[in-house]
Amino acid sequence: MREKATTLYFGPQHPGITGNMMVRLKVEGDTIVKATAEVGYLHRAFEKLMEERNWLQSFTLLCRFCVPEPDPVEESYARAVEMLEGREVPERAKYIRVMVLELARIGAFLFWYGAQASSLGLHTVGQWSIGDRNYVLDLFEALTGARIYHMYIWPGGVRRDFPEGFEEQVIKTMDYLEKRLNDYDDLLFESAIFQKRAKGIGIINKEKAIEWGVVGPPLRGCGIRHDMRIDDPYEVYDKLDFIVPTGENGDIWSRAQVRRQEIRQSIRIVRQVIDKIPKGEYYNKIPNPQKWTLPKGDAYAHTEAARGEVGFFVASDGVSTHPRRAHERGAAYVHAITLLEDLLVGANIADVSEIMFSLGTCPPEVER
Amino acid sequence: MSFFDLKGTLKPLTALKQFGRKPHTLKDVPYVTREAADRYRGFHYNDLEQCIGCGNCATICQNQAIDMVPVEGIEGKKGDSGLRPRVDNGRCCWCGLCVDVCPTGSLSLTKDYLYVSEDPNSFLWMPGVDNPQGKERISFFSTEETSLNDFARIPMPELEGMERVKSFAEVVLGYNEEQARAEASRCISCGLCTEACPEHMHIPEYINAIARANDADAVRIIYDNNPLPEMCGKVCTRRCEDVCAIAHRGEPIAIRWLKRYATETVDNADLIKEIVNPEIKEPNGFKVGIVGAGPSGLTVAYYLALRGFDCTIYEAHAKAGGMTMYGIPKYRFPEESLDKQIEYIEKVGVKINFNTKVGKDISFREIYDTHDAVFVGVGFPKPWTLGVEGENLKGSIQAVNFLYEINNGKRVDLGDKVIVIGGGNVAIDAARVSRRLGADVTILYRRRVQDMPADWEEIEGAEEEGVHIVPQAIPVKFHGDEKGHVISVEYVMAEMVPDERGGRPKPVPIEGSNKTIEATAVLGAIGQQGDYSFLEEEFAEKIKIERGRFVVNEIQQTSDPKIFAGGDAANRTADAISAIADGYRAVKGIEAMLVKKDEGNVD
Repeated sequence: MREKATTLYFGPQHPGITGNMMVRLKVEGDTIVKATAEVGYLHRAFEKLMEERNWLQSFTLLCRFCVPEPDPVEESYARAVEMLEGREVPERAKYIRVMVLELARIGAFLFWYGAQASSLGLHTVGQWSIGDRNYVLDLFEALTGARIYHMYIWPGGVRRDFPEGFEEQVIKTMDYLEKRLNDYDDLLFESAIFQKRAKGIGIINKEKAIEWGVVGPPLRGCGIRHDMRIDDPYEVYDKLDFIVPTGENGDIWSRAQVRRQEIRQSIRIVRQVIDKIPKGEYYNKIPNPQKWTLPKGDAYAHTEAARGEVGFFVASDGVSTHPRRAHERGAAYVHAITLLEDLLVGANIADVSEIMFSLGTCPPEVER
Repeated sequence: MSFFDLKGTLKPLTALKQFGRKPHTLKDVPYVTREAADRYRGFHYNDLEQCIGCGNCATICQNQAIDMVPVEGIEGKKGDSGLRPRVDNGRCCWCGLCVDVCPTGSLSLTKDYLYVSEDPNSFLWMPGVDNPQGKERISFFSTEETSLNDFARIPMPELEGMERVKSFAEVVLGYNEEQARAEASRCISCGLCTEACPEHMHIPEYINAIARANDADAVRIIYDNNPLPEMCGKVCTRRCEDVCAIAHRGEPIAIRWLKRYATETVDNADLIKEIVNPEIKEPNGFKVGIVGAGPSGLTVAYYLALRGFDCTIYEAHAKAGGMTMYGIPKYRFPEESLDKQIEYIEKVGVKINFNTKVGKDISFREIYDTHDAVFVGVGFPKPWTLGVEGENLKGSIQAVNFLYEINNGKRVDLGDKVIVIGGGNVAIDAARVSRRLGADVTILYRRRVQDMPADWEEIEGAEEEGVHIVPQAIPVKFHGDEKGHVISVEYVMAEMVPDERGGRPKPVPIEGSNKTIEATAVLGAIGQQGDYSFLEEEFAEKIKIERGRFVVNEIQQTSDPKIFAGGDAANRTADAISAIADGYRAVKGIEAMLVKKDEGNVD
């Protein structure tokens, strides 16, 4: 007997949702027949606001595009502005930026550990990983002066140099995290529950992924080695040694494996930065921000974030002190709407949050 | 994978090894407040003494978390608005941009981040006033290195020191377009300069126009309340730059040079008229007579002419400009630059009767009777004398008279050893001109170099050109030869004694320290005074004059309501921009007196 379809509202206030968004599910029994992503709970018109602010004031908005991992947006904006102006960035600043980006990646993955595990009821992992992420936030606090909204990478370089003893603090934290990752392996990746709930669930079709512009771990989980750090190296990634892991099946498990390996690569990169970072300037000072105009034209810079490639487009009319247009291409837009709606069809209600977390969606980035 | 996965079931249980361990992240919460990092961006702190209330913090803040409010005990003064930032901690996002744009470095962020109150209004803080303890907790601050302000001025291209003395060519070459844009971009538009300018010129506005590559706009804005901007662009005493917010940690914006740049982009009077395109009102039938075509008189004439008045200037000399024409040497202010501006002023309908000395060619009485109002801007033409023995010897000349002759194109033979006495701009001008005539020049000044009232750039310029300055030297006697020509100056060294009443230190002669210096000419430049002999007795009695200056009210009106006065003859600051300011005030006063009274709506 065919059951009557029921509409179920998943979110916006739901612990299994990655933020303030909602998925409207049409279910038959507990199988989803149609999913519609509903956004609009978080719209703050960042891109429009940026057109009213000068090139520097805009930078305080950037970290709010994606709260768990704000730095790639800061970096791509800064680099787009630098490309447009032709501003050189000191070598040391480039290394510092790479370190900040990788620390942010580590923080974002630890956050994901917790979210992914909690979506299955494995709450211990969440409690541990959020605690461990705090150590990464401590590093940010020491370096940038803030734990979440760093506002640290800005056009011309970075805002401040390393504080005293920072390198040692970083190495200590990296040593600790590396040891700790084994515990996560035991608790999450070796867990029968995770294995059974992740393998073969939320499979992304490789062709569709390419067509839709899926990026980051969801794409790499399909076996496509696509990473801006390798494909279009920015800052000093071409001087660093690391590999980009890929999966095979395109399911939740493959994506988890990609992240599991990537966090170790990130720690490796951070260690290399500490070894290689040159002495010298960290900031090529911009002119007085109130009167700073950029040449007429546009520029686009893209950065690999933990959730995938994010890009920033800026356009200047060459006269005014603010952007004519500023636009962020976020990984989450595709992942949280097009891809999620597709993957949820045929899935179980219990798998909704699990699939969502595995995609690395970030609603504030959808609604810029 | 079998249905029952033994390894996968047991592995997560290894978490039990943590059992009984103490939490490792936040141990003592909530009993102990966690100490923030050394660079933490917490609540604001403001050093109230250092802060100048420029409001740049409030300008950069996009959350509108900062507003500028008065504080008890802090008075506004030149270079300090008297306001201080107040932070709404409910709006602040602790980005710290306010700290990084603070020109003085007074604003900082502290390590404090906890504050609990039931009263929502108590989240409005005056940093530094409400949290004086924050001083010890400063964590995020700006240094000259990290600050977003541009502290370094674009250097002004100038002729080489020894190259200059060969001719009267203009020393300052002026910014080119790129340099002007770059220099203008340093301005933070705080407006402290506008307050300090006697004429309250719209400085941030025209600098902004220059930065936005809109020079014509800049010229229009400048002409709004200054009819002689190119002159000010070259020789203004620039009180604006003294109070520039950027000067607290760097070099002030070159406001004067930027004005010069903007006005120099317009190279003839017709073009000025085309660009400024002033609205000239229909004639209103009132006639105003102006005595003296100096900066104050020209200002009165220009703005009254625009307002429909019939203005006539009576000028004793053959050219307009007053002291700026006859007192300032041409290497600072070339004649064609002045001519251009005068020509423009004439183009808006101002009549100038040259070579008409009031009191000789026309009586003051006649001017008074035939005009509805009279403005007196006669300046200080008469030099003070030193009062030392031998001052009347041949070769002892007054610097003002010397500059007048030179600017008139006459030759003056000074010989090869010139002594200049004084420390003001006239003394420096006389010295630098003498250098250009080929003499060795020594300036004797009774106080220290830093006490000299002359512009520091002029003093530096003189030194670069080889002028020798002897500070703390008071002349006591001029020695002459048998023909009655000066041959040497005897002076005595002085020591600086602090003034008991808090004034500037006084030079007191040291007994027995007399020295003599050889001289072929001596130029006295210790100041000038007014010459009001043109006033008929009845006016001289009626008009109140105190310490050599006309006594005027806030609209420059003298004790005779029909007579207004301005410039050196009425103010103590004695510079061109103050004269222009006097003129502008008088314009408003004359207009209010004549037109508004006529319309019956005087308030």
